[in-house]
Amino acid sequence: MIQIWNMKKKDSAAAKKKPKIGAAQIRVQKDLTELDLPSTMKTVFADPADLLNFSLVITPDEGMYVGGAFNFSFTIGPNYPHEPPKVKCTQKIYHPNVDLEGNVCLNILREDWKPVLNLNSVMVGLQYLFLEPNAEDPLNKEAAEDLRKNREYFISNVKSSLRGGAIRGVTYDRVQVK
Amino acid sequence: MAEVVAPNQPSGDWQGKYYHVDQVLETPGPRTSDAFAAGDQVKGFLRNQSKILVIGAGGLGCEILANLALMGFKDIHVIDMDTIDISNLNRQFLFRPKDVGKPKATVAAEFVMQRVPGVTVTPYYGKIQDKDDDYYMQFNIVVCGLDSVEARRWINATLVNLVDESNPDSLKPLIDGGTEGFKGQARVIFPGVTSCYECSLDMLNKPVAFPICTIANTPRLPEHCIEWASVLEWPRVHGSKKLDTDDPEHITWLYNIASTRAQEFKIEGVTWALTQGVVKNIIPAIASTNAIIAASCCNEAFKLATQCAPYLNNYFMFIGTEGIYSYTFEHQRRPECPVCGGETIDVQIGKEWTLEKLMEWLLEKQDIQIKKPSLSTDGKPLYYQGPPQLEEATRPNLEKLLSDLVPNEGEISVTSTSLPFTLTLRVTYT
Ligand SMILES: [Zn+2]
Repeated sequence: MIQIWNMKKKDSAAAKKKPKIGAAQIRVQKDLTELDLPSTMKTVFADPADLLNFSLVITPDEGMYVGGAFNFSFTIGPNYPHEPPKVKCTQKIYHPNVDLEGNVCLNILREDWKPVLNLNSVMVGLQYLFLEPNAEDPLNKEAAEDLRKNREYFISNVKSSLRGGAIRGVTYDRVQVK
Repeated sequence: MAEVVAPNQPSGDWQGKYYHVDQVLETPGPRTSDAFAAGDQVKGFLRNQSKILVIGAGGLGCEILANLALMGFKDIHVIDMDTIDISNLNRQFLFRPKDVGKPKATVAAEFVMQRVPGVTVTPYYGKIQDKDDDYYMQFNIVVCGLDSVEARRWINATLVNLVDESNPDSLKPLIDGGTEGFKGQARVIFPGVTSCYECSLDMLNKPVAFPICTIANTPRLPEHCIEWASVLEWPRVHGSKKLDTDDPEHITWLYNIASTRAQEFKIEGVTWALTQGVVKNIIPAIASTNAIIAASCCNEAFKLATQCAPYLNNYFMFIGTEGIYSYTFEHQRRPECPVCGGETIDVQIGKEWTLEKLMEWLLEKQDIQIKKPSLSTDGKPLYYQGPPQLEEATRPNLEKLLSDLVPNEGEISVTSTSLPFTLTLRVTYT
């Protein structure tokens, strides 16, 4: 049987026992404790010992969605960062890239996810959706149509939806904070 | 007339059984290592002493088990958590229609033992996570033929953790085979010495994912309809009830929804099997690719056990999609690898040290140059620099005695913006 020990001895700084916790867990610790978020984003942990399930509140300070507070749930699986975190909007909001079930169309959450990305990139990406809603990748088709056809009308719909108004028979959650 | 030697001797061996294998074990070749003990010694080790573990008894596993047994490994263990499905029979040749529903590990073990007299195959029907370090310590070599990233990460981390500085036997070579359609790879990992599975995680093909807006608005492929059913419709209709991809009723539900959607958009090709394939992310398995990769894995196991020829250093890649292409290279270790990278420091700590004192000690250590460290032990937070809520929640720990937070010889994981890797502190109280 091959003896690899001599090879190893040369490299004694190598192989040291690691704590028996998942690689995903350590990576999440690194991602979360090193978050560099603007004052418009805040993380909320229901259980501070559970880093794998938390929510993010975005309160844009500019753009069409200013005045609202938007809640997203984050769920991180054991295959993170090989697989992206699962992110959903927990409120019913009027947004071209968020459907009524809270699914979010953000490329880095699915087809463009890479392990070098981190939670910070996802959060910044989410905030960007509120600054620049994108009519080209619609999940809420009506909202996307409105944005494409008449920006002013779309903005007034956004304002009404933030107050819990109804648009074309759909009542949105009241998310206005100021 | 020549006398036929009955194969059912106690050892299961008959004269000439290993005639061909012995050709390479009886005389050193030009490239055999100096440590190669030609003849009885190496044959004795291979056949009577070595113990090898095979993880996975599926497409690759069946090939690996058969190869190892025929090469002369006689004490083989196999773990697999699955039962045999009818769809496995086209390539998992140790199984027959009568075996459908039975555990793969058990059936494979019985088949190999019957076919190759003298070999003992010990099956375990269950998860690799059920077994502890003592179990893995008993083997000389571990060969993996798995299709799950999660299971491979687990066994890789377990074998890296198993390495004990004071015990040479704790270093278990891991041979990992994997296939996806016409592509595959085989690699040799010396845990803690060479690049590990985690080091190369970013080389994996990522699961196919379609943009969610395409799925929602402009489906063109049957896969788009299936993803629509599983990603959007399932949670909408079933709320928090989790989709179980192993439950045929769940697959049938998705299949029906996807078929309706496909009709609406005039898309052809949604079938039950495709639905299952897409949601379970099944990549078609090709019997010949499995055979090539399994053969390469078993060659390496044989060479590691006997030292009759140089082993693979360390990554062999096979691409059979357009003709035949293969490439062998040395994958480099990543210093920041969360499993085999990073550094460990032994720290002697006075009983009166608080967590805060440890933090100050860390910040003063010139050789690490650490900034804003966050600490946890055994997956539980000790002190986190952020986000604000976690900083606040963990701040009270700073005043606590370290010995109340971390047991003697316990480990603390330290992450920091200034460290690309994780630093581990192993604490002993004085
Ligand atoms: Zn590694």
